[in-house]
Amino acid sequence: MKKTEIEFTLNGKKKKVEVKPSDLLINLIREELYLTGTKYACGIGECGACTVLLDGEPVLSCLTLAITVAGKEITTIEGLAQDEELHPLQRAFLEQGAVQCGFCTPGMILTATALLKEKPQATEEEIRDYMRGNLCRCTGYVQIIKAIKSCTTGGEN
Amino acid sequence: MSEFKIVGKPIPREDARAKAKGELKYADDFSLPGMLYGKVLHSKYPAAKIISIDTTKAKQLPGVHAVLTARDVPHNETITRFGQSAEVGKGFEGLYRVLADKKVRFRGEAVALVAADTEEIAEEAAALIEVNYEPLPGVFDPVEAMKPGAYLVGEGDSNIICKFGCSQGDIKKGFAEAEVIIEDTYQVPFVDHAYLETEGGVAWIDEKEVINIRVGSQVIEHFRDVAEVLGLPHNQVRYIGTMMGGGFGGKEDITVETYLALLTWKTKKPVRLFYTREESILCHSKRHPFIMHYKVGAKKDGRLVALEAELISDAGAYPYLSPWVNLYATVNAAGPYCIPNVKINTYCVLTNNTFTSANRGFGAPQPNVAYESLMDELAYKLKIDPLEIRRKNCITTGKSLSTTGQVFNTYVALPEVAEKAWKALGETKKVEDKNKRIGRGLAIGLMSYGRMTFLHDTSRCYVRLESDGSVLIRSGIPDLGGGQVSLLCQIAAEELGVPMSKIRIYYSDTALTPLAGTTTATRQTYMSGNATLKAAREIKKRIIQKAAEMMNVNPEKLVIGEEKIIVKYDSAQYLPLLEVIKACNTEGIELFCEAQFKGPFTMVPDLSNIRGTIFPDFTFGAQAVEISVDIETGQVEVLKLVTCYDVGKAINPLSVEGQMEGGSIYGMGYALMEEVVMEKGVTLTPSFSEYIIPTAADVPEVEAILVESGGGLGPYGAKGIGEPSCSIIAPAILNAIYDAVGVRIKSLPATPEKIIRALKKHYFEGR
Ligand code: FES
Ligand code: FES
Repeated sequence: MKKTEIEFTLNGKKKKVEVKPSDLLINLIREELYLTGTKYACGIGECGACTVLLDGEPVLSCLTLAITVAGKEITTIEGLAQDEELHPLQRAFLEQGAVQCGFCTPGMILTATALLKEKPQATEEEIRDYMRGNLCRCTGYVQIIKAIKSCTTGGEN
Repeated sequence: MSEFKIVGKPIPREDARAKAKGELKYADDFSLPGMLYGKVLHSKYPAAKIISIDTTKAKQLPGVHAVLTARDVPHNETITRFGQSAEVGKGFEGLYRVLADKKVRFRGEAVALVAADTEEIAEEAAALIEVNYEPLPGVFDPVEAMKPGAYLVGEGDSNIICKFGCSQGDIKKGFAEAEVIIEDTYQVPFVDHAYLETEGGVAWIDEKEVINIRVGSQVIEHFRDVAEVLGLPHNQVRYIGTMMGGGFGGKEDITVETYLALLTWKTKKPVRLFYTREESILCHSKRHPFIMHYKVGAKKDGRLVALEAELISDAGAYPYLSPWVNLYATVNAAGPYCIPNVKINTYCVLTNNTFTSANRGFGAPQPNVAYESLMDELAYKLKIDPLEIRRKNCITTGKSLSTTGQVFNTYVALPEVAEKAWKALGETKKVEDKNKRIGRGLAIGLMSYGRMTFLHDTSRCYVRLESDGSVLIRSGIPDLGGGQVSLLCQIAAEELGVPMSKIRIYYSDTALTPLAGTTTATRQTYMSGNATLKAAREIKKRIIQKAAEMMNVNPEKLVIGEEKIIVKYDSAQYLPLLEVIKACNTEGIELFCEAQFKGPFTMVPDLSNIRGTIFPDFTFGAQAVEISVDIETGQVEVLKLVTCYDVGKAINPLSVEGQMEGGSIYGMGYALMEEVVMEKGVTLTPSFSEYIIPTAADVPEVEAILVESGGGLGPYGAKGIGEPSCSIIAPAILNAIYDAVGVRIKSLPATPEKIIRALKKHYFEGR
């Protein structure tokens, strides 16, 4: 299959890569660009582990064709912290014990970033509802919801 | 106990930062130059004869490096083990077959392996392998499979792979004395672990000709089993265990390691192999379904006098850990109650379903569903409060387990946790919807932590205090996400008086870290925690001894903390830790130690009547829920969930709460939604849209109540919590459904359809 060159911004840096029309974004990110923080857990859009931000909106990279990100901006979990300074959500996840095996964590945190941008004052109900596409098998979601809540304006912290 | 600096504090885990930053390299996040991709060809039929396998076309495909079938495996048939080194006799051994040979036993069984340049080529090659099958009838129901003349799943002359029993008192006399008798059958389904990280890893051969397998495994001791399959000395296979994206017992058996080892051995190239979600659900182990016939007898005042149970479980196509799981079920079958007359019989049977093995809780959650539902039934029948009937019958300190007779000499928290959980439900929630009925349910239980004592369990840990005051730990401990690794850091930090940031740990490597045993059986806090404590305390003793000489005081007067050796009650008098280290190093005093912790040892019990000490200790807990049931739709919503356990000592309360909450929701999935549906051996639920697990939207308000009696066998009196945490929520929910709408659901999951059906029956036909 013919490869096409595309250009996009990845975690704030310009990238030029060659992709086949059928290449999935998850494979481009993980296998070609070696950013393995984006996780595979189902491959068919049912778990949220592969979530990345596309122009700030959460998308499932296992269902996104790489070629469609041309000219756009992608943020993966690796792009969230500013050097050593963790993103407030990352810090909240640590402090609330919301990270167990951690396999859902990148997707959770990125989805939560989008939620907080959309609804900085999200209620617990809204958080539960927004996060329902991101599966976690370890935590029972309790500490995850707490962590996200603590980052809302008017949250506990 | 307030002198603790680090233990007992809710601190972020050692591994959490790298995970939150997406930097932690799990098994699949690793690659090597020239790496090939492995693929497994799985059987299409649940039961069939393999007439022939033709790999010619697959081998001819450009980019294919190896295509292997059973005859390419040096020792295709060995024995399933799970890391034990003690001899336990034939009763527990099962056949481990790497690739199907002559006959397939379940749909999804591995038939052939492929390694190729890319994943796509490997997939294409697998599809080109021509397997000529002759389908056989098979048997899919364990009760059918037990009957004489049933289709034989394996090569033996019976499908029954184990039969356990235990009894006390006189069961006939017991029922004769009973004033009420309840008899019923409960059923629980196949369920999946559904960890987010599927099974997989990367293998390569190094310059010493050692096969290295970098994999997510709860039992790195399988390096021995892989070596035996290949016919290599044990020290020629090395496991490098990664942090796992969840385990829950599903990474306790060998998953893909033998496939990886074979492919890298044949091709001499690095190989990566990962299961898709579909493969994970279709081909790897499930939780044992059980059919449980129970008969319980009591006096009018609610006192239990007799309990008889027959448990039949479905092992699926291969034994794996079935005997062990069934042993757990047998020991747990009479629950946490004092019953003078008990008789339990357990059978585990091969079928042509996907094989079953370890799953969080092992064999405990299944009988818990039955006996806790029956206790509830009894309470209603005798008009006794659910808490009261449990208080009246539960084991208390000094009493013994009614199945095995094992005596509890340390604090038994059952009455306390039951009361706390039940009370914490608080005021009944108000629900506006007129179709919704509110109900409450309670369940109590006990579950062992630590391996069976006749396995002669040990764990080792190496600790070294560096010359700059930093600490290095090496432990073979695998971490499945529960914080096992971080826990050891916390213990060493506490004992050596240094902050967590000064600890580095290397874990889960069979070549470089002392073997710590398996991350199974809720044993690591207890076993490896104690090994770490022992090693760190040995070093601490030497440091304090030296400091005492330097300060000219009695060593008993000294304590260690904040990187100082301090005179007790006089914090102005101290030596910096660094100074003492320097002095020790000058004199050649060893500031390193490898310690081993040994659990209590017993003999293998008589399996027809299992009595005496089988487990080192137990964790006691209670769970209570308030739910609503929609009588139009049958939908259950859990409104509040309380989980209360005596955890002994919470070394990291954040982690302990995380286990208790996570375990509760794991159990809630079991109760209400999860089932791997198999129809004649064919799995109908191979994805997360069919195999439904709880989401954030399903989770109720959860309250975790920690009781810290300090009575555990772990460091600082800790008990294990990982598995106990999930083991009784299902019956609590079933009991709440009964309380809400008056129907008793006797088979999991309690789906809306089952509830509606039961409600119709209840209203139109009477019960
Ligand atoms: S891997 Fe993309 S949604 Fe599951
Ligand atoms: S922390 Fe393990 S899946 Fe969420």
